[in-house]
Amino acid sequence: MAYDKFEVLTSTAYPLPIENVDTDQIIPARFLKATERVDFDINFFRDWRFNADGTPKADFPLNKDIYAGSKILVGGRNFGSGSSREHAAWSVYDFGLRCVISSEFADIFKNNCLNVGVLPVQVSAEFADKLFVAIQANPKAEIKVDLPNQSVTLVATGESESFDINLYKKDNMLNGFDDIDYLKNIQGEITEFAGKRPF
Amino acid sequence: MATTLFDKVWDSHVVRHVQDGPDVFFIDRHFIHEVTSPVAFLGLESRGNSVLYPERTFATADHNTPTINQHLPVEDALSANQLNALERNAKKHGISHWGLGDVNNGIVHVVGPENGITLPGATIVCGDSHTSTHGAFGAIAFGIGTSEVEMVLSTQCIMQSKPKAMRINVNGKLGLGVTPKDVALYIISKQTTSGATGYFVEYAGDVFEDMTMEGRMTVCNLSIEMGARGGMIAPDQKTYDYIAGRAQTPKGNDWDKAMEYWNTLSTDEGAVFDVEFNYDAADIEPMITYGTNPGMGMGVTKDIPTAESLKGGVETYKKSLGYMDFQEGDSMIGKEIDFVFLGSCTNGRIEDFRAFCSVVKGRKKADHVTAWLVPGSHKVVDQIKEEGLDAIITAAGFVLREPGCSACLAMNDDKIPAGKLSVSTSNRNFEGRQGPGSRTLLASPLVAAASAVEGVVTDPRTILTANA
Repeated sequence: MAYDKFEVLTSTAYPLPIENVDTDQIIPARFLKATERVDFDINFFRDWRFNADGTPKADFPLNKDIYAGSKILVGGRNFGSGSSREHAAWSVYDFGLRCVISSEFADIFKNNCLNVGVLPVQVSAEFADKLFVAIQANPKAEIKVDLPNQSVTLVATGESESFDINLYKKDNMLNGFDDIDYLKNIQGEITEFAGKRPF
Repeated sequence: MATTLFDKVWDSHVVRHVQDGPDVFFIDRHFIHEVTSPVAFLGLESRGNSVLYPERTFATADHNTPTINQHLPVEDALSANQLNALERNAKKHGISHWGLGDVNNGIVHVVGPENGITLPGATIVCGDSHTSTHGAFGAIAFGIGTSEVEMVLSTQCIMQSKPKAMRINVNGKLGLGVTPKDVALYIISKQTTSGATGYFVEYAGDVFEDMTMEGRMTVCNLSIEMGARGGMIAPDQKTYDYIAGRAQTPKGNDWDKAMEYWNTLSTDEGAVFDVEFNYDAADIEPMITYGTNPGMGMGVTKDIPTAESLKGGVETYKKSLGYMDFQEGDSMIGKEIDFVFLGSCTNGRIEDFRAFCSVVKGRKKADHVTAWLVPGSHKVVDQIKEEGLDAIITAAGFVLREPGCSACLAMNDDKIPAGKLSVSTSNRNFEGRQGPGSRTLLASPLVAAASAVEGVVTDPRTILTANA
């Protein structure tokens, strides 16, 4: 098992209503030099969280005490664009987040999240706006992400929207399985296929 | 039934389709580098797995390598550690490895095609989003994460849902000073940085048919910058001429057999795409970006758009211009620059150096500009010397560095200092991409060259016209 199971998560959320947040912001390239997967939370959003001298930027949402301990991040449209670095998804996970909600995700980042146990929840632009407004009105507003029922709910008002995830990935997340377990189980089929490739 | 090039290549690599899930997708060729592979090998070993087909994986060091004094030990301990890990893992698992100093070493997306590893109709992945480059040969090529690198090492497959298909047609003839980079930046400015998310793109039309293989690589390379997983161009005689006789291309009977397959690799008449766009070559100018994503580009002679002219996203737009320290309505022409970077998997090939030299020949680099000219591979270096371009470069006051990814992502010492403005032939102008606080203007090698000699953002057509 590569990560903890994901079933139903109810949590407050960090709001980051900025569009096109790229993976160079989530974790800058100069922090990709590790050969092991440890402590990627330290440099999560490094240059947005900290000044050049290492002091925290007080007004950045991830630094605000009011949101501390949230397990959900609500991001602007086109979250996770750019580089394929899985370090970005690792840093999300290591920071203590298990779910990112956005009205659009970049493809590779979305796949990487699913592979490391972070649930990317894509909602309508209207619902994303609703979440931002609710968090702004009450920073302690809770969001319930229900994977078995594929729904995301603003707890205080009961406003809810369903989200898509394919059944295979859903099953993986619910059980903490990963793709390698699946692929190793059909290795015979793969080697037979490989034998027929022209090059 | 009429099918697309993309369908043909994708469908022939599906080992099985998982019901209500992704495809088990077979990978012909897998490139690895020092940054995104070490954790994959750790995972492989902790599960007790081995590399299933080591001959299908190719390792090259590029992302954090220095671009001077490569004959000396790498000074940065963390970079050296990653480079050692790549070499050690490759050796242990029987994978070919082109480390620093190897004649075949260079940027993964430059050396793959150079060595004939990249072939039409192949599936190619790498833990790097610019793997889309290899689509220039009619391959399906895209970037993956480290978990997927481990999947390919241990099973030669990944689990992927098939993207939707987009076709982008550009017809007509390109004008003076308009390069493949400009075509790509133009398309991305129309599509925006996320307009092709969920799609795989086929590029078609006169402009791509007329383009060299180097140019096609530049275009396909940048597919990811509009959110597309990848882009591809149907193989033709140019493709076959490029790959023929390279170290790892099929030879003799194997070539003939492969050619039978390759001849089937085009989109059938009447095949339907999920979405299609048409652009006119005559509308494309030399391009430049002014913001913090590659979709924020425009003709170099244009003014920065006003927030009001956009459809939404005003706050994000203002944040972006604020970072760049630009104002709405500013002209880019004449803005003083500090750095020029020629190189990367986007524009680090021989043709890019030829273009750069066509402008700087007989001119001098502006004194206040620092320029880094970084070839994509040792083979590109050799070609530069063979063609005498190095003499032009030196005479114009520039220095040629050694191959690597360099200032494109600034993992090594090639970092643009905070606040400095760089005209860069690379692929991303994200905040801090070229070093913390750096400001990047993406452009072609011609715009970079013209700006390097003038010291300010310059339309290369003014120089090219004077040359003519």
